[in-house]
Amino acid sequence: MADVKYTEEHEWISIEGDVGTIGISAYAQEQLGDVVFVDVPQAGRKVAKGESVAVVESVKAASDIYAPASGEVVEANAALADTPGEVNTDPTGKGWFFKMKLADKSELDGLMDQAAYEAFVKGLG
Amino acid sequence: MKRTPLYELHKELGARLVPFAGYEMPVQYPTGILVEHAHTRRAAGLFDVSHMGQVRLTAKPGHNAAKALETLVPGDIAGLKPGEQRYTQFTNDAGGILDDLMVTSTGDHLLLVINAACKDDDLAHLQKHLSDACEIEPMFSRGLLALQGPQAAQALARLVPAVATMKFMTGAFFTIDGAQCYVTRSGYTGGDGYEISTPADATDRIARKLLTQPEVKPVGLGARDSLRLEAGLCLYGHDIDTTTTPVEAVLLWSVGKERRVQGGFPGAAVVQKQIAEGASRKRVGILPEGKAIAREGAEIVIGGKVVGKVTSGGFAPGLERAIAMGYVEKAQSANGTKVELMVRGKPVPAEIVPMPFVKHAYYRG
Repeated sequence: MADVKYTEEHEWISIEGDVGTIGISAYAQEQLGDVVFVDVPQAGRKVAKGESVAVVESVKAASDIYAPASGEVVEANAALADTPGEVNTDPTGKGWFFKMKLADKSELDGLMDQAAYEAFVKGLG
Repeated sequence: MKRTPLYELHKELGARLVPFAGYEMPVQYPTGILVEHAHTRRAAGLFDVSHMGQVRLTAKPGHNAAKALETLVPGDIAGLKPGEQRYTQFTNDAGGILDDLMVTSTGDHLLLVINAACKDDDLAHLQKHLSDACEIEPMFSRGLLALQGPQAAQALARLVPAVATMKFMTGAFFTIDGAQCYVTRSGYTGGDGYEISTPADATDRIARKLLTQPEVKPVGLGARDSLRLEAGLCLYGHDIDTTTTPVEAVLLWSVGKERRVQGGFPGAAVVQKQIAEGASRKRVGILPEGKAIAREGAEIVIGGKVVGKVTSGGFAPGLERAIAMGYVEKAQSANGTKVELMVRGKPVPAEIVPMPFVKHAYYRG
């Protein structure tokens, strides 16, 4: 069973072993509105925690997606090139952005679990 | 934060309200921008544009309001017959654009529609220069509804049959649901449609009546922007401002033929010189290859040299691809010119293309 954590930037990371899958939350996709393009990173790219690694474009604006931890991109969701709307319809499933091999899982310790994230969103009004 | 007469309606409809030009305005409804855009192109969209400024000019005895207004704009206003509407700009002494506006003659008055973000400055500008010749009445509390799309005519004609035969860029008074409204056949989508000026206290009930028509759905400012960009129309503060002239912005079609010769508006000498010799830069349409979206501020590059900047860029739902407009040096402005747009530090191949991106569909009778 994968362990899912959330960042304050409204990204989720689902952790299985030393690989994390990253996407944005249902709240984030709703705030963005219709997603029309996702610029996903190349497999093999080494990324540092907090680095901008992907960009999600809605009709209105572009938003950066940050690496929640350091490591190496192992796979990007190529399907989003043709179906970016899956970020809206299935943000925590088919709308994932990329998978990365985590260099140090302890970097994820400060992230929120599901309950804490829901409380965080509620607090945003 | 100010609210339009439709604030409660927007909340009922589930709009996402955002601050825009000092107003809480609906950027989209729960349907989302793509659906709202498509609906406006296929049927009819209802937009709340009550944040825009409406001003009425009336000549004082012995004066001519159209002639007076012509001292501030390059458009042919004196030539407007009653019921005719024209697009023009307030210019400054350098030929730059202070705002763009619509002017309609009712015969007795001139009705101006100005941009929300500029309306206080525009009013002060009018008061400073036209007070001797005109009564200047700001009507900033009135409502303004835009009903846009190929089915706008059949929807509005159910309430007011006479609107069906109005031609593009004309206006007339009509009673809608007991309220006196001024309707023009105009808009900001490139398609057919109307703008309906309503008394503040009748705006909500007229909007609700329009929304009960089967063709009509509410549309927010998000789709308003994507629709106007497809139509190649300028957004003030982005595609035109005090640093761009009507010639550079390729708005010379809106400058009266006699006025090009005779001048008599602020910055006329600059504009006339550009007409004679050509402007050094020009607003153009740009089509990027692939899916990346070049937004406002993106540099336009040829052979490693920056030749201009994108002033509006986004996703065109009607074309399912990115489009942009911007300014480039005159020498690089020909259609078919290959350029690169810098998007997040990476060059995206693109080409200069004619505008509009989506063909206009105005009703000319």
